Parts: sequence; C-alpha cells; structure tokens
Amino acid sequence: MTVNCHIVSTEPGKDNPTVRNHFIIALAGNPNVGKSTVFNRLTGMKQHTGNWPGKTVIKAEGTFYHRNRRYTLVDLPGTYSLHAGSADEQVARDFICFSRPDITLVVSDATCLERNLNLVLQVLEITSQVVLCVNLMDEAKRKRIQVDTEKLAQELGIPVVGTAARSGQGLNRLKNVLGDMVDGKIVTSPRCVVYDQELESLVQQIEPRLAIYMPNWVNRRWVALRLLEGEFNLLNHIPHNALMDYPRGEIKEDGALCLL
Amino acid sequence: MHSSLSLADIPVGSSARITSIVTIGPNRRRLLDLGLVPGSRVDSIRRSPAGNPTAYWIKGTVIALRNEDASQILVDTRGVF
Repeated sequence: MTVNCHIVSTEPGKDNPTVRNHFIIALAGNPNVGKSTVFNRLTGMKQHTGNWPGKTVIKAEGTFYHRNRRYTLVDLPGTYSLHAGSADEQVARDFICFSRPDITLVVSDATCLERNLNLVLQVLEITSQVVLCVNLMDEAKRKRIQVDTEKLAQELGIPVVGTAARSGQGLNRLKNVLGDMVDGKIVTSPRCVVYDQELESLVQQIEPRLAIYMPNWVNRRWVALRLLEGEFNLLNHIPHNALMDYPRGEIKEDGALCLL
Repeated sequence: MHSSLSLADIPVGSSARITSIVTIGPNRRRLLDLGLVPGSRVDSIRRSPAGNPTAYWIKGTVIALRNEDASQILVDTRGVF
C-alpha cells in the first residue's frame, strides 16, 4: 500500500466534480474508540496508537487508493463534542467546518454507542456528508452487546458500517461505502436536531443575515446556533480568503444580537 | 420537586440518577457533552486522596469531576441500585 503525506486542499470543491479522483476524508470520533487504528488500517501507516487523553494532538494525514480513487485521510484529535472547549475540539471543529472535507468519517465505540452519538449528531448539524463507522464490534460481541447497524443507518439517515479495526474486519466494506458516497451512489438524508420554537425562530432570523458575511458553503444554521450560544470567537475561524468584505470587527464587538 | 442532593454528596461506591444541571453557559454544555444528561445513571467510583476530584462512571466511561462541577449536578438516589 502506498504511504504518502499531502497538504490538504482547502478548496476541494473547486475542481470539476466529474473529473475529480482525489478526495479528502476527515476522521473524527470520541477519544479512545480506535480511531487511529482505523486510520492505520486504511492507510497502511503505523501511526502510534495508545489510550491516553490528547494523544493525537495535531492532525495526522495519510493516503490510500481504492477503486482508482485517491483518498487523503485526516486523523483529527478525539473529542466528545465540537464546541471548541479545548484546543483539540477546536482543531476538529475547524477542520470539519471550514476545510470542506468531502466526507467526515465518524468512528464510534460499539460498546458505548449512546455516549458516542452526541458527537455524531453534532457533526450532522454541520455537514450531511457523513459516514458512521461503529468500531470495536468484536469487543461489543464479547460483552454481549448487539448493534443493529441497519436500524442505526435508518435513524441517522447516513451509512453505518460495523468494524473491528484491530483485525481488519469490515474495512473493505467501509472503503466501498466511502467510494459509493464520493461517486454519488449514496445520498444521505441526515437526521436534523430541531430545537424549541423560541430558539428555532431566532435561528430563522439570524441565518439569512449571515449570508453576506461568509461563503455560501458554510452551514449558516450551524453558525447561527453557535452565535446564540455565545461562541462569537467562531467568526474569527471562518476562512479569510473567501470573505472579501467581511466586517469582522463589527460582529465581534456587537455580538450576535446585532444581527437580529 | 427536585431533591437538593448533588453528585458531590453521594458516597464512593453508590449510584444515582441525574435530575437536573443547575449551571448555565459553556459549563453546562461541557457537562452535557461529557454525557451528564438528566435521566442518566452515574456511579461514584473513586475519590482522589485529597478528596477532590472524584471519578464517576457515566455511559461507559470514567469521567473525573471537580467537586465544584459535581455540586452543579442534582441527583436522585431513590430506586438506583
């Protein structure tokens, strides 16, 4: 297997989609779910794996080829959420939001799915191009936990693949699903979290007003929700190059409510 | 009516169910993201020698909380074994 490292293109959508054969995949997940093992299995790399907090401090990249397509896999730090509460969470969030990966592959732990689904739903709020890998299926089996991946796929509206990365089980299927997704053979319809009426009506007021401040590929609903949470710092992370007339200072000082 | 018992009050080795989180803002968000959501079961499993922080078992993972944070989480111990 070819091992290589690349600089991630920040504008993958720029090329003509019909002739593209190089895709960027972001690898996200809670800490300690075997994310780096999935990374190593897919890329053939031997990145260090181990279970202590903050192991993947910066994002690691690797490449693999499948069905005549080239994939650059970006291993993000393990996080419980995407709320930029720590440097790790910020790295993961900024990459998924602003680096425009073609697919975000979320790795989860089959033995404690409930905990892991929080991050899955947060990723689904940002992007619809998501594949869920339910890893540690071997461990779950030992603990007599059954995971109905088909039902889960139905509920979430995205493809779900069960794997046991340590032994390589399920990884070919995972590659096929990624391939079908970039080829447009799989179209997702992700479950959207709907908040209470008061919050939704504020989102509806803010969302259209954000259009002039950011490129149209940024998920404005998501940005509006973060502003309502008071995460104004987020605005400084939206890529500069696409924002010619972006009045940064104005929003920063006045806060989200000036948009209402 | 919520009990006024907080997670910081329950002894090591015992369990409780979360009834509410009384903090707001990023702190609340953080606790929710760690799996500390109302209705969930928490087990107090270990206390550090100095008495703070305490390790809790929540949704399949050990999470250590400072007493300041644990006292923001109200719990009910009735019917939890």
